[in-house]
Amino acid sequence: MSEVNREQAPVLETRGLGISFGGLKAVQDFNIKLCRGQLAGLIGPNGAGKTTVFNLLTGVYEPTEGSVILEGEVLNGKKTHQFVAAGVARTFQNIRLFRQMSVLDNVKAAFSKDIKYGMAAALFRTPAYWKAEAEVEAKALDLLEIFHLREKADAPAASLPYGQQRKLEIARALATDMKVLLLDEPAAGMNPTETAELVECISLVRERFGIAILLIEHDMSLVMKLCERITVIDYGQTIAEGGPEEIATNPRVIAAYLGENDGEEDESLA
Amino acid sequence: MGVFLQTLFVGLRLGSVYALIALGYTMVYGIIRLINFAHGDFIMVGGYTLFFTVPLMVAAGLPAWTAVVIAVIVCALVGIGVELIAYRPVRKKGTNMTALITAIAMSLLLENLAQAIPAIGPNPKIAGTFFSTGGFQIAGVTLDYVTIYTIVISAVVMLLLYVFTQKTKIGRAMRCVSEDKGAAILMGISVNRTVLITFAIGSGLAAVAALMYIAQYPSIYTTLGSLLGLKAFVAAVVGGIGIVPGAMLGGIVIGLVESFSMAYISSSLTDTFVFLILILVLLVKPAGILGKNVGEKV
Amino acid sequence: MKKAVKRGYIVNTVVLAAVYALCVVLAAALEGNDNFKLTIVPSIWQCCYLIILAASLNLVLGFMGQLSLGHCGFMAIGAYTAALMSLAFQRAGVYDEKSGAVFILIMIACAICAGLLAAVFGVLLGIPALRLKGDYLAIITMGFGLIIVNVINNLPFAGQNGLAEGTAAASLYATGLGFGSTAKVTYLWFAIAVTILCVALMFMYIRSKYGRAVRAIRDDEIAASASGINTGYYKVLTFAFSAFFAGIAGAVYACCNSSLSTSSFSFTNGSILNSTFVVVMVVLGGMGSLTGSVVSAVIMFFLNYQIGNGSWVHSLPGFIQSIFAYPMLVYALVLIVIIMFRPKGIFGTYEFSLLRTPGELVRLLKRHGGGKKAAGGKEAAAQ
Repeated sequence: MSEVNREQAPVLETRGLGISFGGLKAVQDFNIKLCRGQLAGLIGPNGAGKTTVFNLLTGVYEPTEGSVILEGEVLNGKKTHQFVAAGVARTFQNIRLFRQMSVLDNVKAAFSKDIKYGMAAALFRTPAYWKAEAEVEAKALDLLEIFHLREKADAPAASLPYGQQRKLEIARALATDMKVLLLDEPAAGMNPTETAELVECISLVRERFGIAILLIEHDMSLVMKLCERITVIDYGQTIAEGGPEEIATNPRVIAAYLGENDGEEDESLA
Repeated sequence: MGVFLQTLFVGLRLGSVYALIALGYTMVYGIIRLINFAHGDFIMVGGYTLFFTVPLMVAAGLPAWTAVVIAVIVCALVGIGVELIAYRPVRKKGTNMTALITAIAMSLLLENLAQAIPAIGPNPKIAGTFFSTGGFQIAGVTLDYVTIYTIVISAVVMLLLYVFTQKTKIGRAMRCVSEDKGAAILMGISVNRTVLITFAIGSGLAAVAALMYIAQYPSIYTTLGSLLGLKAFVAAVVGGIGIVPGAMLGGIVIGLVESFSMAYISSSLTDTFVFLILILVLLVKPAGILGKNVGEKV
Repeated sequence: MKKAVKRGYIVNTVVLAAVYALCVVLAAALEGNDNFKLTIVPSIWQCCYLIILAASLNLVLGFMGQLSLGHCGFMAIGAYTAALMSLAFQRAGVYDEKSGAVFILIMIACAICAGLLAAVFGVLLGIPALRLKGDYLAIITMGFGLIIVNVINNLPFAGQNGLAEGTAAASLYATGLGFGSTAKVTYLWFAIAVTILCVALMFMYIRSKYGRAVRAIRDDEIAASASGINTGYYKVLTFAFSAFFAGIAGAVYACCNSSLSTSSFSFTNGSILNSTFVVVMVVLGGMGSLTGSVVSAVIMFFLNYQIGNGSWVHSLPGFIQSIFAYPMLVYALVLIVIIMFRPKGIFGTYEFSLLRTPGELVRLLKRHGGGKKAAGGKEAAAQ
């Protein structure tokens, strides 16, 4: 399946993407192609620039070199919400929920850009308002259903346990009706059961929505299990790119993770 | 030319006072990220302390300005008190918003508490003279001693403060805490103590500023500090909040803007220009003239 | 679910209309009563504009999480706009007596224009100010409050000494919107209707996609923009929306005062009408609860009135009386006590609802006393 997909035109593509802060080149010459339905991983040691790549891909930072292209449209210089409107959604390494809002409202808020009624309709409760609100409510509940969060729809987001907060963040990202989903360490801080559930969720999302997913993850077993393509960066530079097998045996990757004197610890990556 | 020079000196004098007050704002903001709205009212406290202590000093045969020592001590104590009673407990459990609202409440409290004290009351008091009157002529312009003293004293104070923050152990601790509170704790710096010292120094500076201001405008009233403080805060923001040289620069800029708009445009619209400058600077350089832009980490 | 929501709206509307009708009937019945005319009616008028003002600030402070300290600046714009407009109409000979359909229309037009102009200023101020974070916003809005007073003072037709000709007191009272005590009774319905309408509209606003977006921005601005919310747009929109209602509050203020002077809107004055006092109202009621703002506006007005006029004050010990001579001191203390011990205010983010609140109240009572069981059962059955 991945072979076929790679022949298609990519949904998200970067060409020579890079950013410097002052004199420091945090990321340079980053190239990636993501196709519909593809699940790719972005790995690298701490401080390698993974989250910076995500920030470039979502318009939090403006690249100093290169470009981000979504379905042929160059997104450079746009604001984050315009990236989202174009079809790139993300989650955050340190969970960022709307903590005081209910679980349901968290998801509904992410539908905002697709709700068409205007101010007058909202203030005077016209039929258009009721129709749109009912639709959003149904869609949001559907999303919560997928992540088994429906029973908690009215609870404040901050009251959810950690694992469910992560899931809610993914549900919220999905509500933006995106083409590419960027997951920043979705399994961070999760116990094995929660991680297993998460893996299930991600696979389900991918099948059901047919979107491209790029994830940053430290849990190697998860990356190797889920991702078809893996990009490895270190010190802002891409040091390897390929399938899980290639990556696990790539000497540069092993060197980056374990220091120069590598050897018998290949398995730790697999 | 004469008018220009006169205006320039007035601007520098005002600017020096603003700079001294702005330093207090900027130091506190740098260390706990809070606009200390009550800072302006420390000036008022300083003003009244001067008013009450000057006669004592004169009676003791000392020059009037020595009263400033007592004023500095009183202001420092008030600053420490405000931090201990109000800010610290709120900072512990509240958000930025609640801390900010507490600061506003403290400002109101100080202003109105002063009014409720019988010896002070709602009517303005007139302070005596602090410095010898008169002055000398430069290029056809009379430069009075008050102006010279104000500019010189604040320059010296600012220089001392700069040396203090750069060279002394406490100064280093202050810079550490404002840079990274967590790391400062790990380095064995007592954050609470450092914050207290910062409050004490900032408030003490407000007392010195009070002396300068009152030497020029001798009327003392309970809301004396509110507009003065606000403009000084504007100065701190314009220069770059949290940065000591920024406060000095911002103070001078605001002082000049005020004096020149007063002399050349309209005396009743001065405050408007001060705030227009603020809006302008923030639009062009949101972190202030000397500030560095630091975005929130994602 | 949706049906229940709709039913809630219908019930609320009907009950509101009924209460409103009751008020109007009561007002008509009490018209001759001196106490009613001279004390109660002016108090209701004051409560009306305070309610609108507090609720509108809550949109920014409570729902959007941005501290605005210049809200009375918008109110001043509204008050002056309404007063000057009505005066212009009067001078142009459009109306002569403060009665009749034409006058009512003019009153409504003045209020709407007052709101619109304030909203325009809200946009103008909001665009630069809202690019900045909390602290800076507080300062800029505070500066705005000062500038507005400053500018109005310098307008040749609205200076400190009044509007155009003569003193403000004379010109407004005699000709413009400013109502005497009889007219205040006559137009009490107007004040109450405007208040209900404004609060209802604000409520609709926060219970729509706009409100969700704004609350999302309050909770996490970065996540909000990563969820496709145009944070800049919603912030400026909400700021202007809030300014609109502050402007209307100003128009109501212009109606119930016989004179206008900028000093009543300035940042530091001892009177009830300054931006800090409004912040106290919002914080006391609960940042994020319109119900809270309405209730606390009334409470604060009552407190303010009682401190100033209550006869019980004289029976208090001397030192408390001397504190009460400076009401702002009391409010400052109130504010500090709330922030320290109940930062979320009286209501937190709770909103009153005719359908839910009785049931919830009963449950609360049950939990705390175990009493009123029978009543509780009946309520539950009714639901």
